[in-house]
Amino acid sequence: MALLEVNNLALSFAGLHVIKELSFTVEEGSIASLIGPNGAGKTSVFNCLTGFYKPTGGDITFNTKSIVAKKPHKITQMGMARTFQNLRLFKSMSVLENVMSGMHCRSKAGPVGSVLRTAAQQREEAEIKEFCETCLKFVGLLDARDRIASNLAYGDQRRVEWARALATQPKLLLLDEPAAGLNHDEKQQLIELINKIRDELTITIFLIEHDMGLVMKVSEKITVIDYGEKIAQGNAEEIQNNPKVIEAYLGKEEDEIG
Amino acid sequence: MSIQDILLQQLANGLILGSFYALVALGYTMVYGIIKLLNFAHGDLYMLGAFVGFIALSFLSDYIGDGWAGIVCSMVLSMIAVGLLGVLIQRIAYVPMLSAPRLSILITALAVSMVLYNGVMAFTDGQYLAFTTDLNYEGVQLGNVFVTNTQMVLVGSSLLLMIVLYLFVHKTLYGKAMRAIAIDQDACRLMGINVNKIIALTFFIGSSLAAAAGVMAGTYYGSIHFFMGFIIGLKAFTAAVIGGIGSIPGAMLGGLLLGLLEAFGTQIPFIGTEWKDVFSFGILILLLVFKPTGILGKTEIERM
Amino acid sequence: MANFSDTLGEWLRPQKNRMFILLVLAAIAMLIPLASSNYVLEVMTNVWFYVMLCLGLNIVVGYAGLLDLGYAAFFAVGAYTTGILTSHFGVNFWLTIPVAVCCSACAGLLIGGPTLRLRSDYLAIVTLGFGEIVRIVARNLEITGGASGLIGIERPSIFGFQLNQIVHFYYVFLLLAILACFVSYRLQHSRMGRAWQYVREDEDAAEAMGINRVAVKLYAYVIGAIFGGVAGCFFAVKMTAISPETFMFQQSVLILLGVVLGGMGKIPGVIIGAFALVLFPEVFRGLGSMRMLVFAIVMLIIMLYRPEGIWPAKKS
Repeated sequence: MALLEVNNLALSFAGLHVIKELSFTVEEGSIASLIGPNGAGKTSVFNCLTGFYKPTGGDITFNTKSIVAKKPHKITQMGMARTFQNLRLFKSMSVLENVMSGMHCRSKAGPVGSVLRTAAQQREEAEIKEFCETCLKFVGLLDARDRIASNLAYGDQRRVEWARALATQPKLLLLDEPAAGLNHDEKQQLIELINKIRDELTITIFLIEHDMGLVMKVSEKITVIDYGEKIAQGNAEEIQNNPKVIEAYLGKEEDEIG
Repeated sequence: MSIQDILLQQLANGLILGSFYALVALGYTMVYGIIKLLNFAHGDLYMLGAFVGFIALSFLSDYIGDGWAGIVCSMVLSMIAVGLLGVLIQRIAYVPMLSAPRLSILITALAVSMVLYNGVMAFTDGQYLAFTTDLNYEGVQLGNVFVTNTQMVLVGSSLLLMIVLYLFVHKTLYGKAMRAIAIDQDACRLMGINVNKIIALTFFIGSSLAAAAGVMAGTYYGSIHFFMGFIIGLKAFTAAVIGGIGSIPGAMLGGLLLGLLEAFGTQIPFIGTEWKDVFSFGILILLLVFKPTGILGKTEIERM
Repeated sequence: MANFSDTLGEWLRPQKNRMFILLVLAAIAMLIPLASSNYVLEVMTNVWFYVMLCLGLNIVVGYAGLLDLGYAAFFAVGAYTTGILTSHFGVNFWLTIPVAVCCSACAGLLIGGPTLRLRSDYLAIVTLGFGEIVRIVARNLEITGGASGLIGIERPSIFGFQLNQIVHFYYVFLLLAILACFVSYRLQHSRMGRAWQYVREDEDAAEAMGINRVAVKLYAYVIGAIFGGVAGCFFAVKMTAISPETFMFQQSVLILLGVVLGGMGKIPGVIIGAFALVLFPEVFRGLGSMRMLVFAIVMLIIMLYRPEGIWPAKKS
């Protein structure tokens, strides 16, 4: 069953068509990717999915409900979490506090409860903490829980973002260029982590990536876009042999070298 | 007076008020357009302009009198002095803050504004000063409506200033650089434009326009006060937003429109002059909520 | 100086030491009336009053990171609610407090609801405009006593005991200040307080984490408004007279100054800021009209050289 279904998605601003009639699906329990050369509109697609941009046309169905024109926080509440291309941690807060932000939409203590420190509020705080520590443990960062987020190494900061996204208890996890800025070893760990999240937590994963090697290794289904249009779709092998993809994607890389 | 006369009279009042608003709004919009800073101190530069003009006029009146010649000379002096002060403020207070969080730079701007008006208050003891000029009350009778020469000259000269500014921004290399910086500062730097110099120039022009408005207001109302910049600062900001903040023609249009709205607004039954400010702040709030891009502002990507 | 504050910070780390300091300070505050003149009491009462106002604004500015330039408006709503209800309708003072809480919360909702999604600088201007609107309305309406305001507001009694001396009000305001500290502290260290910090640091990331940024800001706004409203109620009965000029823009700026001076978002900092705000002009009486100028210059210097305020920032 398709967990995410995008139909004829279109986005344009100031007369510029960033996304044109894009359709694809992400099956429940799968690892899917969206790839394309620089400036192809990948992040714009993400921003439409997560509610940061309002699409100018088309429909997005998540978990059988339409999420077009819903606010980002509502979409997260419905079970879609994301990471950002450039790290967007709460820099001056501790790692644990960062992860706790993900639990915000799964908890409900209000100001009155907080001031009075009611039994329910205290119980909830303990639950938040416990769950977030589990998330940190999952990404292997439990030891760093009390450190200030911005003092962590880059690769670790990425993992904090992951833990934070996991803390929202998502059904679908959107990863915006998860391998950007990682070295070879870290990329290997990343591949393991992606598989672990899908297999152990049964969370569907949809990622945008530049790194073809990584995409080919993890994804079961790949959608390729260029200039906001879908040019190919299929599994790793099909994509690798698709002449259109080679022209748009690999051809471009040769240009860059030359 | 007939309804027609009242409307005509209010048209005249609205135009003069509106041209003051427009001049001050221009500075807001130029600075905002170029570095996205809401310069809270801008209204105070208008006030300072009036005071510098006042001082200049009291010196000059011994030599060239306090008629139009004296007023124009002191206006020019005031524009230069306040323009330089604007650049100084930018250098001292805003340059170090450009990478700071937005809240910090807003508070800094507010602090600058406080320094300016409290400084003037301390020196004038919070008193009103009489801005005496040698202008008479001659004018033209249009039906039952009377328009003084002073009013016409003031509206005329602010229009002139606006035309000069428009030509400067659209026909000169400096103007082109300004517009380019407003779009992409980093790209301008790479293209070899001296960005800091152009930003300083923008502050200079914006501040001197406010000073010009200040001197004109002093001439027109006949008295000046340390707090005179506060309300007009707010109003001019409203005008800039009405026109679309960042847009120069927008600020002119917005200023005139707000002046006219206020003038006619006070004629609506139950909205007397005592409610005038509530009326325009009300417009501001409604506008910001429902159409924050204003009339001529660019629409941004719709974000949820 | 830096060394001293470092050692102090180190010593203050354990909860036990902090509680000890707090108890000592509270005891000193309680005992002040035993050994001081009416003048000192008057000044200190004013300090506690500004502590409450500054802590209220701190929720908006320090916690949620929203610049509010019309905070005096909420203070005015509280003061006028009590003033009007007690003098025109003969309502008991204590009953006016819940009404004032509702009114100021509604004012917060009314202005915050539609405007909190605006950019921060637009919001600052809107709050400024709103502050002016409230003041002008108070000056133009008949029920608020017009430009001269309300006079002869009755002093409240509690269990048949009328609060009419400065020492009574000293304790009332001290209690309010302590209550304000307590509520601020609890809020800061809760799910709500964390949400404010998330939104302050990165709005987009906070939204992506499922935080409704408008709702979170609105909470800050309304809670801040309630602080101001309650402070206003007590202000009205302490002064027995209120006029629109009390709630001018300068008042809002003064409260903001207290928050910025000590350190936005830090309770001890804000308290120090409020102290500085009230004590400075008392100590330097000779300054006269230069007072606000000096304040303004200090604020500018703080923003340029020590934007975190007097109180040191938390270290990791």
